[in-house]
Amino acid sequence: MAKEYHTINQIAGPLVFVEKTEPIGFGELVQITLPDGSTKRGQVLDTSDEVVVVQVFEGTGGIDRASGVKFLGETVKMPVAKDMLGRILNGSGDPLDNGPPIIPEKRLEIIGAAINPWARDNPQEFIQTGISSIDGMNTLVRGQKLPIFSGAGLPHNDIALQIARQAKVLGGKEEFAVVFAAMGITSEEAQYFMKDFERTGALKRAVVFLNLADDPAIERLLTPRLALTTAEYLAFDLGMHVLVILTDITNYSEALRQIGAAREEVPARRGYPGYMYTDLASMYERAGRIKDKKGSITQFPILSMPGDDITHPIPDLTGYITEGQIVASRDLHRKGIFPPIAVERSLSRLMGQGIGPGRTREDHRAVSDQLYAGYAEGRDLRGLVAIVGKEALSDRDRKFLDFADAFEDRFVRQGKDEDRTIEQTLELGWELLSMLPLDSLTKIDRKFIEKYHPTVKKK
Amino acid sequence: MATKETGRISRVAGPVVTAEGISPRMYDVVLVGELKLMGEVIKLVGKKTVIQVYEDTSGIRPGEEVVDTGAPLQVELGPGLLSSVYDGVQRPLPVLRENQGDFVSRGITAPGLDRKKKWEFTPLVKKGDEIGRGAILGEVPEGNIVHRVLAPSDAKGKVKNISSGNFTVEDVVGQLDSGYELRLMQRWPVRQARPYVEKLMPDIPLVTGQRVLDLLFPLAKGGTAAIPGGFGTGKTVTSQQLSKWSDAQIVIYVGCGERGNEMTEVLTTFPELEDPKTGKPLMGRTVLIANTSNMPVAAREASVYTGITVAEYYRDMGYDVSLMADSTSRWAEAMREISSRLEEMPGEEGYPAYLAARLSEFYERCGRVKVFSGGIGSISVIGAVSPSGGDFSEPVTQNTLRIVKVFWALDSKLRERRHFPAINWLTSYSLYSPILEDWYRKNVAEDWNQVRLWAMETLQKESELQEIVQLVGSDALPEEQRLTLDVARMIREFFLQQSAYHAVDTYSPLKRQYEYMSAIKRFSEHAKKAISLEVPLERISTLPCRADLGKLKFEETIDADLKKVTAEMDKQFASLGG
Ligand SMILES: Nc1ncnc2c1ncn2[C@@H]1O[C@H](COP(=O)(O)OP(=O)(O)OP(=O)(O)O)[C@@H](O)[C@H]1O
Ligand SMILES: [Mg+2]
Repeated sequence: MAKEYHTINQIAGPLVFVEKTEPIGFGELVQITLPDGSTKRGQVLDTSDEVVVVQVFEGTGGIDRASGVKFLGETVKMPVAKDMLGRILNGSGDPLDNGPPIIPEKRLEIIGAAINPWARDNPQEFIQTGISSIDGMNTLVRGQKLPIFSGAGLPHNDIALQIARQAKVLGGKEEFAVVFAAMGITSEEAQYFMKDFERTGALKRAVVFLNLADDPAIERLLTPRLALTTAEYLAFDLGMHVLVILTDITNYSEALRQIGAAREEVPARRGYPGYMYTDLASMYERAGRIKDKKGSITQFPILSMPGDDITHPIPDLTGYITEGQIVASRDLHRKGIFPPIAVERSLSRLMGQGIGPGRTREDHRAVSDQLYAGYAEGRDLRGLVAIVGKEALSDRDRKFLDFADAFEDRFVRQGKDEDRTIEQTLELGWELLSMLPLDSLTKIDRKFIEKYHPTVKKK
Repeated sequence: MATKETGRISRVAGPVVTAEGISPRMYDVVLVGELKLMGEVIKLVGKKTVIQVYEDTSGIRPGEEVVDTGAPLQVELGPGLLSSVYDGVQRPLPVLRENQGDFVSRGITAPGLDRKKKWEFTPLVKKGDEIGRGAILGEVPEGNIVHRVLAPSDAKGKVKNISSGNFTVEDVVGQLDSGYELRLMQRWPVRQARPYVEKLMPDIPLVTGQRVLDLLFPLAKGGTAAIPGGFGTGKTVTSQQLSKWSDAQIVIYVGCGERGNEMTEVLTTFPELEDPKTGKPLMGRTVLIANTSNMPVAAREASVYTGITVAEYYRDMGYDVSLMADSTSRWAEAMREISSRLEEMPGEEGYPAYLAARLSEFYERCGRVKVFSGGIGSISVIGAVSPSGGDFSEPVTQNTLRIVKVFWALDSKLRERRHFPAINWLTSYSLYSPILEDWYRKNVAEDWNQVRLWAMETLQKESELQEIVQLVGSDALPEEQRLTLDVARMIREFFLQQSAYHAVDTYSPLKRQYEYMSAIKRFSEHAKKAISLEVPLERISTLPCRADLGKLKFEETIDADLKKVTAEMDKQFASLGG
């Protein structure tokens, strides 16, 4: 039985300092018993001969100097089992539903070890989300981590849900699962997800972790790691294809900043700790595929950019780690376009590996490049039109302007339940490209134009 | 021989561990705790030793043992480096996977060089020869090159015996009179630069096959370049393009704190590609150091040193080596993280005050040099920089720009319009251009430099005209200026844009680059003449040769096409009349 100490000498923010202990391991799990008999959990952040610093997940409210501190002799572990599918747990991994207790098949360290880069398999299986602006322009593949950069009031949850509903690998009939981790979102938002999961029957295949807005902030540091540990178990032990939705990374990062401040660390930018890149990477990098293993982890983190500022440290550091980003646009949203995906600012870096002959179609890359170029040119002209008027434009320019509008209106815009195949997406792309002068299609090989261009191809 | 001293841990705070009871030297390697985690001494205060640990320290407690190995962090140098994949402290990742599974666990070491593999050694010295610093003892075929076995720095004297045959890296292949045993392998401390005779002028280009780089902003063999850019602007793709196509004999790719999947991509694509120099598999000239963002930060900090030391070793054999470090910002962040745990006084944005010094020490280790083994070798370094918020005024970018001679500025605006490589042609520069002029003149074309200047000027003019266009629209400009805009557009879309993913476009030899830009220039000259004869621009820019010039870069037959289109161009302009 672990010894109980009553030697707290300082409490500051989420941190408790305990003196005169036996040697305590770094990262060990801690249980604190309050005078009223309730308990809280924490983790060792710093350990020395003199003092042990404990970060308390549920917040330090109510802890006094006389509270008992027990070091449990092991680091934080997550009990996992296949039965977790269909269950709703809190941010610390305890059941919230009234279901039976989960009998663990394994207990896993929640600080997952890094996948050996040599053991990784190249992610290259195209996931069809049915959303043109993603499939056509920013293609997702299995094992990718692709965040949604959004802003307050934008429909990122709808985008995430539509992806979760429609995502499929063509020709595949493998086992899949969704792991959903909420960090500091409102219960209303959480309900929105849960309802959709229930409506579509996805809940049976999902494990849900809920740390809501009124749950302790520090627990948010735990929640995504519990979720990812579960996902790894489902993917690499049980061979499932797991989609992990983490929302909202911004709330997670705030909790990280809070710990840093409590430890009086020297901050990097805007008060966030200097190790935030590494810390975020320790979550995002837990996506991927492993050689000779069936399953995969695909991550969809959602974050709201404070002030819609993509250079804010949270989206910035995320963008540096993830394999691209889907950026939600307030402009498109205002125009009433759903999904309001700003394709020009979005990117999927693994696109190249997931598209082309045998995966999507041979002309995919060329079509997408040309759509980008045309859209960019049309958007530039909008600025000019505002000054000189549409009449001052050349004929060619006017075509580009119309193309950009049509692109937003027909290619980007689609229904919340509209599930387009990749062929439909590409055909739509060609149809739009045929609005442009033929000689401006410089990014497409002759042979593709001859084969696919609606007015050129031989009928 | 170093004595192994034992002490105890007194504090653990993340990757930083404090110990008592040992008196090591700075940068000695120590083994920490019962798991014997590898660490390095980074500070000595009173009786305390502060150690940065290369592995996760969870569960390590005060009181556990610490052993001083008495030696600094070293890498093993010898045959077998090429085609290897290491973590930041030269542990071979394939061996780690074999020993511990798909996830990197702790406390397991494996030597950098395979102990069992035998190498065919042919001596180049014989009994009685006097050898000294940098002498070439013999040769071993390795990967795509001949590995020259160099005498270690402390091997001096007369050769007593030396034999040819098949040896492991540890086998004794010969002896000196002093009894010194010669082997295929040696060790070198990573934080110490390997010596050379003298630095030489970097007057030969590192040919990259990337048009915007080779023509507009060339790098010299032995030169330094920085590629700063916000996320997703193309640092990694550019670095990988250079490691695939640059005409170096050896490539060291350091994935420093970046993505695991990117390493996998290199590992799956490189073996299928050919070394443009030798036609052998690309991996045979490559050493990969992969310390991804989720691997321990202290090992990340070490990874660039491990990389540059391996680079110096091949340079010392007289080879041209290029090293890509992606990303030096993650290395700087590792320094910041360690420094902050040490509670050091921070400089700008929390980076340690010695950031600038470390960066310049690192870049100083490259160059084109005369080596002790007699020949000339070079190390070119290309450092990716990931500025926070994409803002180039931050400390890592600024301190790097003070050192490097080539600046390839990646631009988010260009990326948004899928102009790749998204290298901004107005803000980028290369200080090597004037030094390299001669070489191009002799090896590619007499008027290479004129063509280059013409292209730069046209782009410069375009940007000036753009400002006017933004206000009044292009129709308000005189024909001649609209032509400049059109030609600049051709330069941008045809020449500067180059897809890394297109089988033909991905690599462009110098001769072809020259022909291509010359053809655009020729078009421009014809067009100017036509306009002066009052041919409307509309007719010029719809000539078939213009569109053909844009498309031919994707065709296998590009070189022949270029000739054809140039000839066609002359005819088409002639037919415009005037
Ligand atoms: N030369 C190129 N040809 C074609 N596509 C390119 C080229 N350069 C970059 N890209 C595109 O840009 C994407 C991002 O490039 P890359 O991964 O190199 O960015 P990065 O600067 O390394 O970003 P980060 O800092 O986040 O690592 C690529 O996935 C690719 O789609
Ligand atoms: Mg990169």
